Amino acid sequence: MIEVKDLHKQYGDIVALDKISLSVGKGELFGLIGPDGAGKTSLMRILMSLLLPNGGKATMSGLDVVADYKKIRLITGYMPGRFSLYPDLTVEENLKFFATVFGTTIEENYYLIKDIYQQIEPFKTRRAGKLSGGMKQKLALSCALIHKPEILILDEPTTGVDAVSRKEFWEMLKRLNNMGITILVSTPYMDEASLCDRIALIQQGSLMSVATPKEMTGSFPEDLWAVRTRKIYDTSKFLEKLPSVISVNSFGQVLHLVTQKGRHTSGSVQKFLSDQGELEISVTPMEATIEDVFILLMNHHNHRQ
Amino acid sequence: MNRFLAFLQKEFHHIFRDPRTLVILFGIPIAQLLLFGFVLTNEVRNVKIGVVDHSKDYLSIRMTQRLLSSGFFQLAATPSSESEYEGLFRSGKVKEIIVFEPDFGRRIMKEGKAGIQLIADASEPNAAQLIVNYTTAIANGFVKDEFGQNQKLPGVDIKVRMLFNEDMRDAYNFIPGLIAVILMLISAMMTAITITREKETGTMEILLASPLKPIQIILGKVVPYMILSIVNALVVLLLGYFVFEVPVVGSLALLLGEILLFIFLALSLGILISTFVDNQVTALAMSGFVLMLPSILLSGFIFPVKNMPVPLQILSNVIPPRWFIEINRTVMLKGGGLGAIWPNTLILLGMSVLFIFISIRKFKIRLQ
Repeated sequence: MIEVKDLHKQYGDIVALDKISLSVGKGELFGLIGPDGAGKTSLMRILMSLLLPNGGKATMSGLDVVADYKKIRLITGYMPGRFSLYPDLTVEENLKFFATVFGTTIEENYYLIKDIYQQIEPFKTRRAGKLSGGMKQKLALSCALIHKPEILILDEPTTGVDAVSRKEFWEMLKRLNNMGITILVSTPYMDEASLCDRIALIQQGSLMSVATPKEMTGSFPEDLWAVRTRKIYDTSKFLEKLPSVISVNSFGQVLHLVTQKGRHTSGSVQKFLSDQGELEISVTPMEATIEDVFILLMNHHNHRQ
Repeated sequence: MNRFLAFLQKEFHHIFRDPRTLVILFGIPIAQLLLFGFVLTNEVRNVKIGVVDHSKDYLSIRMTQRLLSSGFFQLAATPSSESEYEGLFRSGKVKEIIVFEPDFGRRIMKEGKAGIQLIADASEPNAAQLIVNYTTAIANGFVKDEFGQNQKLPGVDIKVRMLFNEDMRDAYNFIPGLIAVILMLISAMMTAITITREKETGTMEILLASPLKPIQIILGKVVPYMILSIVNALVVLLLGYFVFEVPVVGSLALLLGEILLFIFLALSLGILISTFVDNQVTALAMSGFVLMLPSILLSGFIFPVKNMPVPLQILSNVIPPRWFIEINRTVMLKGGGLGAIWPNTLILLGMSVLFIFISIRKFKIRLQ
């Protein structure tokens, strides 16, 4: 559905997209995971025909993003990273405006947005600018969906939204996805990655890995340990001196320790720490999360440069 | 078409829901009109005067009556001695004192000349000069009416007749100019701001990603302001006619046609500005300083172009209102037809085409 080949984008000397290639299948819920400035927005804008690439080629549903931009704008729904509706229009007026602009009516495609719009419908006479963050996102999604697009492109739709609304939002994306809409969504939140069919990890304009979340976490190439300690900082300092250590990162109250495959057991790590005078520490092997994968890949990526 | 109408409806919502826009649209034109009409006026109207009549004969009394019934003057004091004059001026009770010499009537009859002393408050020199001119003119007129053409009043100059504005009414001067300034403000500034607002809030990104064509976006932005500009122009014309008694001597249809042309020009200038700038503040500054100040100062609205230093005169050629104000004055005050203003019309037309051409070339169907 979305085919990207050697796509390159540069702003002056700064490379935003470094010859990336990507393929998103029809009906997929595809996640673009990466920190701010990784190139997610540039990629989405090129796909939405809003930016011209400096090189490479991209097609959406077989349409070239440069040559066929008019047709692309008809079959895609887009939600930019920033809240981009009219704050001085009411909820209903916004929706109606976008319906008319795309040559349809609210009634015609109401079934598509029903689940989402019903939640904000009680406030339909309220100005969009006075909605809460979560409700704004629901309205923006409704507006992006109202013309029944084949492809939905969402740029960080959950940034700045509370945890409950984020969860609801992803449930809605799942339902839309089940209706057959291809969705490309970007997020800086690693925990949302596991909700996608497939994800691409993007960093500094390059795709580091593309796979299903399960494949990605399952193929973690090193050993990973969860280290629970009272003194997070001190312990992490000691662990950095552990032989064959790759990285130590704190995840809230737990340290994630990555060591080279097969070099350690929980006992050997624990012994290393108690030799340093660090007691009352638990070390257990754990499954990798998307974030662990990301950090590992990012380190490799940085070393290569 | 539906798309376009939806866009128009949206624009009108923006306009009527934003108090700031409403103030600029309707508050500023009215404020400017009142400001120029009543506050900044150089006109003589109900000026408080004192009259000292040492003669108290038929002619001096008649002349006093003529002065007071002109509407320009209002009797505020009749001091009995010279020592009171200064107090009256200081307290601001009078702006001018008119003193008739003794035997005023008899001297005119017998000697053919008589004296009137005019004492004016010259702390406001321009106003004093005007008041004195008015008084002189009325006095001369009175003598003419009484004795025919050959009489001259001694000691006072004969006022020059001001062609096309015999009463030196300011309204004649400012209404034609004000139409240009207001249209520039509303059409150009508001168009520039409303388009850059969409860029700034990010909604332009969605509009671009929609099937709306650039021409639909631009027209949708421009048409509401075109309608409001026409309304504003008519309001100024009507207020000018009914409140300030400025007539339209020439063809009203021609005047309205020229106004439409100028609105078109101002709108295209607004679009042009919006293609260069990305945020509302810059758009405001651009249209405020780059458009408004020259429109007011260099267009001949306040200062006659002929009185400017040569470099500024040359610069004034590229200021669209300069040509439009000339058109307005010609049509409204002199009753000139298209024959008199076709060069100006052509210049305005040329500027509009140029601005629209550049705007369309520069309008982006993408974000960059």
